[in-house]
Amino acid sequence: MQNQVLIPPAQFALILDRLAHQLIEHHDFSETDLVGLQPRGSRLAERLQARLKELLPGEDIRCGKLDVTFYRDDIRTHEKPLAPNVNVMGFTVENRHVVLVDDVLFTGRTIRAGLDALLAHGRPKSVALAVLIDRRFSRELPIEPNYIGKHVDSIGAQHVLVEWAEEQEDDRVILLNSKPQ
Amino acid sequence: MLTQPNLLGIRGLTRQDIDLIHATAKEFKDVLNRPIKKVPSLRDFTVANLFFENSTRTRLSFELAEKRLSADVVNFSSAGSSVKKGETLVDTVNNILAMKVDMVVMRHPHPGAHHFLASKVNVPIVNAGDGTHEHPTQALLDTLSLRQSMGDDLSGKNIAMVGDIQHSRVALSNIWALKLLGANVRVCGPHTLIPRHLHKLGVEVSHDLDETIRWADALNMLRIQLERQGPDDSVRFFPSLREYTMRYGLTMDRLSQANRPLVIMHPGPINRGVEISSEVADSDHAIILEQVENGVAVRMAVLYLLAQQRG
Repeated sequence: MQNQVLIPPAQFALILDRLAHQLIEHHDFSETDLVGLQPRGSRLAERLQARLKELLPGEDIRCGKLDVTFYRDDIRTHEKPLAPNVNVMGFTVENRHVVLVDDVLFTGRTIRAGLDALLAHGRPKSVALAVLIDRRFSRELPIEPNYIGKHVDSIGAQHVLVEWAEEQEDDRVILLNSKPQ
Repeated sequence: MLTQPNLLGIRGLTRQDIDLIHATAKEFKDVLNRPIKKVPSLRDFTVANLFFENSTRTRLSFELAEKRLSADVVNFSSAGSSVKKGETLVDTVNNILAMKVDMVVMRHPHPGAHHFLASKVNVPIVNAGDGTHEHPTQALLDTLSLRQSMGDDLSGKNIAMVGDIQHSRVALSNIWALKLLGANVRVCGPHTLIPRHLHKLGVEVSHDLDETIRWADALNMLRIQLERQGPDDSVRFFPSLREYTMRYGLTMDRLSQANRPLVIMHPGPINRGVEISSEVADSDHAIILEQVENGVAVRMAVLYLLAQQRG
C-alpha cells in the first residue's frame, strides 16, 4: 500500500484557518495563552498565533513552547534515549486559560506529560487541547481534544507525519505505512 | 546517546558526549530557574552517594541534582562505617546494591577505584572524584561555564590553570575536556606542584603567572590543597604560603596587566588571600558562582543521560 496524503496543502490552510476561528469563538485571548508541545506542536502553535494576530489586530497573543521530555513516563523504556528540546516559556500560566497545541494525538501520553510540565509554570484556570490530527481508537489514556483539524482512523503500525513549509517544501500531512527510521 | 555506560572520567568521552551533556545541562538549567525546580524524570530510580572521602559541595550538588530529578537518594560516608572494620570496596558496594539501588555516585581516595568497581558491578557509576586522578563533573561544569561566558566555540581560546596541578583531580579532567573542545591549555605553578611529563598531554607548562596572564583568555585558579601538603602544618611543596601568594596569588594589580578582560574561575573552596585575592574573587571577572549553579545542572544531565542507558 502506498503512503497516502491525508491533507494536501490547500486543505491544510483551510484547516488552520478553521482552527483559528474556533479558538476565537471559544476563548478571550486577553486571558488565554497558546502553548505548543515541542518540537512539532510548537510549529502549529506558532502558525495559529500568527493567524490569530491577523484576525485580532492589536491583541497580544502569547505563545509558549513547552518541552515535555523530562516528564515522559517512558524515559527509561524508550528504545532510543530521549534528548530534550528547548523550553521557551516566557510567562507563567498562573490563573490563565491555556490552549495546549500538538500536531498529532495518538496514545495521549505526550499530552499527559504536557499537563504535568505545564503545572511547573503555574496553575492555569483551564486547559483545552487543540490538535491537527486526531488518530482515533488508539488512546491509552482518557484524553480527548477540544479542537481537531482532522480525524484519522489508522492502525498502530502506521505513522502520521506532518510536514511544514518551514522545513519541507509544503504544508501537508502524510500517512506512512511504517514508522520512519 | 553517550558512548559510555558510566562516567568514570573525561578520558574515554568523545566531543559528542560533552556536547550532549552540555546541551542537556542547558535545559536543566532552565528547569532550575523555574518556580518549580523539579522534574519527575527519575522518580522510579534510586541513587546511592558513596563518599569514601570528605566532600561538602560536590556531595550537596549531586544530592540536589538527584532530588531535582525526583530520584530517591541514599547517602553513605566512610566515617563510622564498616569500611573501618575492614570491608572491601566491592563488598560494601554489593551490599548497597542488594538493597536495589540503580546507580552509584562515588568519591574515593584511590585513583582508579571507579574503573575497578565498574568491572565488578552492573549499575552505572559516576565518578565524583578519585584521589588526584579525575573529577569529571567538575570539568564538565567548568567547560560549560566557559562556553557560556566566552562563546560556545572554545577552539583556539587560551585557558590556563594556575596553582597545585600535582594534587588536583580538577586539573587532569579539565585538561582532557578542554583539549576535546579544541582549546589551548596551559598549566602554571611552581615546579614542585606540576607533575613531570605533563607536557605529553599537549599542554604548555609555565612557571610565570604574569606572563600567563598576558597569554590567557581565562584563568582557572586551583585551590592550594593544604591537606595534601604533608603532616601538621609543614607545607612541603613550597617554602611558605606567603611566598606562594607573592608568586602565584591572583590580585587585581596582576590582573590589570592583561590585554583583555579575563574570565576567572575557581573550583572552590576558595582560600581567600592565598591563590586568589578577595577583590578578584568578588569582581565581575569571576564566574565562580555561575560554576556552582552550572554544577547542579551538569550533574542532572549526567544522571539523566546515564539512567537512560540501561532502561
